[in-house]
Amino acid sequence: MKRAIVIAAALVFGGLLINAIVDLPSSPVDLRIAVADNMANSGVSHPVTAVLLNFRGYDTLLEIAVLLLALIGLMAAGPMLPPPPNQPADALLQKLARIATPPVIVVGGYLLWAGAFRPGGAFQAGAVLAAAMVLLHLSGLLSAWNAQLLPLARRVILVGGFVLFLCISVALLAAGSLLQYPPHQAGLLILLIESGLTLSLAAILAGLFLFLSRDNGGAP
Amino acid sequence: MSSELLFAVVGALIFTLGVAGTVLVANLLRRILAFNLMGSGAFLVLVGLAQRGGESDPVPHAMVLTGIVVAVAATALALALLRKQHEMKDSEEELTEIDDG
Amino acid sequence: MSATLAFDLLLSTALVWSAWRTITANRLDQAVVMFIVFGLLMTLAWCRLRAPDIALAEAAIGAGLTGALLLDALGALRKGKTARRRQ
Repeated sequence: MKRAIVIAAALVFGGLLINAIVDLPSSPVDLRIAVADNMANSGVSHPVTAVLLNFRGYDTLLEIAVLLLALIGLMAAGPMLPPPPNQPADALLQKLARIATPPVIVVGGYLLWAGAFRPGGAFQAGAVLAAAMVLLHLSGLLSAWNAQLLPLARRVILVGGFVLFLCISVALLAAGSLLQYPPHQAGLLILLIESGLTLSLAAILAGLFLFLSRDNGGAP
Repeated sequence: MSSELLFAVVGALIFTLGVAGTVLVANLLRRILAFNLMGSGAFLVLVGLAQRGGESDPVPHAMVLTGIVVAVAATALALALLRKQHEMKDSEEELTEIDDG
Repeated sequence: MSATLAFDLLLSTALVWSAWRTITANRLDQAVVMFIVFGLLMTLAWCRLRAPDIALAEAAIGAGLTGALLLDALGALRKGKTARRRQ
């Protein structure tokens, strides 16, 4: 009974939604023009990076805070057992992980650098580095993280990107208004923030996996 | 119909599927999957609708980029809670088995 | 033009089909794998929408990291179940 009602409601909802989307008049506000007009002052030449780090830098600041909160929640809810000692995985997989990791780190660095003028940036670079860490863990080369025993260096990397971003925005608030970069230093500030964000995002995204994982790659 | 509008309509369909799945499915892991489908559907609507005129628009791109990263964090938190719930159910059953014995 | 539209139609169908299978698949592991397939198809859709930034993030996060997380969780849940059965 519930099933039939929900399916009927979903069909009606979907139909109305699609109807609304197809009939929607074009929006009176075109943000493309606003973005294009201000690109010269943004410090970067790739519009998506300009929106993320400059025009809507506020969103990105809050986003990294949300990610940290999610990670802290996950550490609190995660497994209480300490991770088992690493067991070496299949030799071939381990070799592959050893060969693949250095180029992946280079790709991460390139994506961070490329974000200023073409598709790429801190998010993609962080995600690629996190994927490399997950690969290392699955091949038994990097042990899972223990939420109870977290070395200071790891904590610094986890919160570093957020703290750096926050400090820069507070400093800018003292100088004028929140996250309004002076046009001449904008490019440098964005690169600095993005570098911090890349490291923190890589650690946080990898942490989402490494704090939870209590399997070692080798054992089935 | 332009292909951007087509993808917006597909996004609406996927969102609806996700809503129905979230309500109807009992298994919690499947519910997390259905919830993620809702998110992806919303992203498609956002980007597809913004550029149905043909030109690409960086503002929704940036929003969706933020959304994808937040979605994976939310999924990981949900999975942690699910695993915790599973562990607690296990130890509860062990306790009742000991009581029965 | 018609070739690209045909491709978009095919991609749309595949997207909706994989989303449908994610919800309706009989076994849990099938559902997870269909979700990963859905993530990869989303990457293609972002390319078609001329959003390479999102495509990069979706490939690394949506399909890669989320997939790894889901498979890991699936393994952990299954391991708990077999441990329970053994008692």
